[in-house]
Amino acid sequence: MEIVFLAFILMLSIFLGFELINKVPATLHTPLMSGSNAISGITLVGALTSAGAEHTVLATVLGTIAVAMATINVIGGYMVTDRMLAMFKKKGGAK
Amino acid sequence: MGIELLVNLSYVAAAVLFIFGLKMLGSPATARKGNLVSALGMFIAVVITLLDQSIIDYKWILAGVVAGGAIGALVARRVEMTGMPEMVALFNGFGGIASLFVGWAALYGMDANTFQLITIVLSILIGGVTFSGSMIAWGKLSERIAGKPMVFGGQRIFNILLIVAIIAASAMFTLNPATPIYLYVVIGLALLLGIMLVIPIGGADMPVVISLLNSYSGLAACAAGLAINNIILIVAGALVGASGIILTQIMCKAMNRSLSNVLFSGFSAVSATGAAAKIEGEAKAMTAEDAYYVLEAAASVVIVPGYGMAVAQAQHVVKELQELLEKNGAEVVYAIHPVAGRMPGHMNVLLAEADVSYDLLLEMDAVNPRMETFDVAIVIGANDVVNPAAREMEGSPIYGMPVINVDMARNVFVMKRSMASGFAGIDNPLFFKENTRMLFGDAKEMLGNIIKAFN
Repeated sequence: MEIVFLAFILMLSIFLGFELINKVPATLHTPLMSGSNAISGITLVGALTSAGAEHTVLATVLGTIAVAMATINVIGGYMVTDRMLAMFKKKGGAK
Repeated sequence: MGIELLVNLSYVAAAVLFIFGLKMLGSPATARKGNLVSALGMFIAVVITLLDQSIIDYKWILAGVVAGGAIGALVARRVEMTGMPEMVALFNGFGGIASLFVGWAALYGMDANTFQLITIVLSILIGGVTFSGSMIAWGKLSERIAGKPMVFGGQRIFNILLIVAIIAASAMFTLNPATPIYLYVVIGLALLLGIMLVIPIGGADMPVVISLLNSYSGLAACAAGLAINNIILIVAGALVGASGIILTQIMCKAMNRSLSNVLFSGFSAVSATGAAAKIEGEAKAMTAEDAYYVLEAAASVVIVPGYGMAVAQAQHVVKELQELLEKNGAEVVYAIHPVAGRMPGHMNVLLAEADVSYDLLLEMDAVNPRMETFDVAIVIGANDVVNPAAREMEGSPIYGMPVINVDMARNVFVMKRSMASGFAGIDNPLFFKENTRMLFGDAKEMLGNIIKAFN
């Protein structure tokens, strides 16, 4: 039953993703990509449990590397997206 | 129970923030706030996860977060806007390898059942392909390795064998999870597959590949979420997976090619169909001064940037020219082809950096119908996306691809280093048209010369 439950969540999320992204204008494709890239760093959440659970040495090592890599992805992704979006201005706007 | 419920409810909140964040990314006015909303969702998800009871020791977590955070922040701050495609490729790869490790480490935390073993293999496979594929893409984009498609005889057969081997090794691993050798084989083959998938793809097709790898990095997180039974990973991963696939589709449509055509055959394979007609005529060069005289009299100008503008770092001089033309009473707009540059929206970011208002950046479909009304079209470092052969020469490898019809403007200026053909290696009849003038040289220098003539 749990598998079915997870499959449902998966399916609905994919459809939602399609709906959300379809409307994004071409101008914002790069920030969209780096922003969604940062979201894919969510794997950090999984890495945290692996790094801290002390199952085996190998699992801790793998978890720690995963935490570092995913954090690069998350912090770098959000920061660079913000930097980019700060540059998108309309004529007559601030500055 | 109490804490577990709290953690899961917070995941729901994080998912809501991700969804709102992505929705707000849909308009330039709200996009920046949307990114912050999404970051807030990430922050909540991470902090709340630290409450999880299975976490005993925080020192390794801290070490990983500090190291990763410092590197990420440094790179994000330092990177040039022209270097954005390679940086996104790099980050994609890091996300992929993290998912691989999460899946791998999940093996040791539990007595995995078959379903979990399958999801572990999936996260290792997708994560591995994402990682090595992204590294190759990064190498190609930053020109550390040749950008040309690498193809060899028997490549297709090799890839099929590779996939068969991966399926076999994955099955063996699922049946014997205690024997690590199968796991190592799966990891090695996944990495090899990622390399094999990206090396045959040329630089001009990179927008498609980056979008696809972006999608994979999401799917890898999604698979890792299934493996460790974590809902936020599944939801967020699937959102990213879907968004990457949509971008991939948009890019493919803009090149009038199917995804499989991009992935498995370079342009060379297509060009075998029928000899293209010989292009007659002679390209006419002009000086910056002559260009100035025409521009000075022009009432409307459309600028078409391409990858060459990024290479020459010419976005700021372009903006300078725009201001001069506007001061002179001319209307200036930009026409952006969906696949101009090396990633989706590449040109838009560069022009935004140079402070060009985003409502002047028009999409191809908005500009083409009124192309005849422009006095001058200035093509800066673009080639294939303005090639009229796509419209008029049946048998040309890019025939049928939607292009910006600059040749229909009254005058066309093409800024180009030399007469060499574009990335796709296709001759461009645009250069030989009656109304086309060539400005040979570095785009930045050429624009600078025109600006000098204005002052």
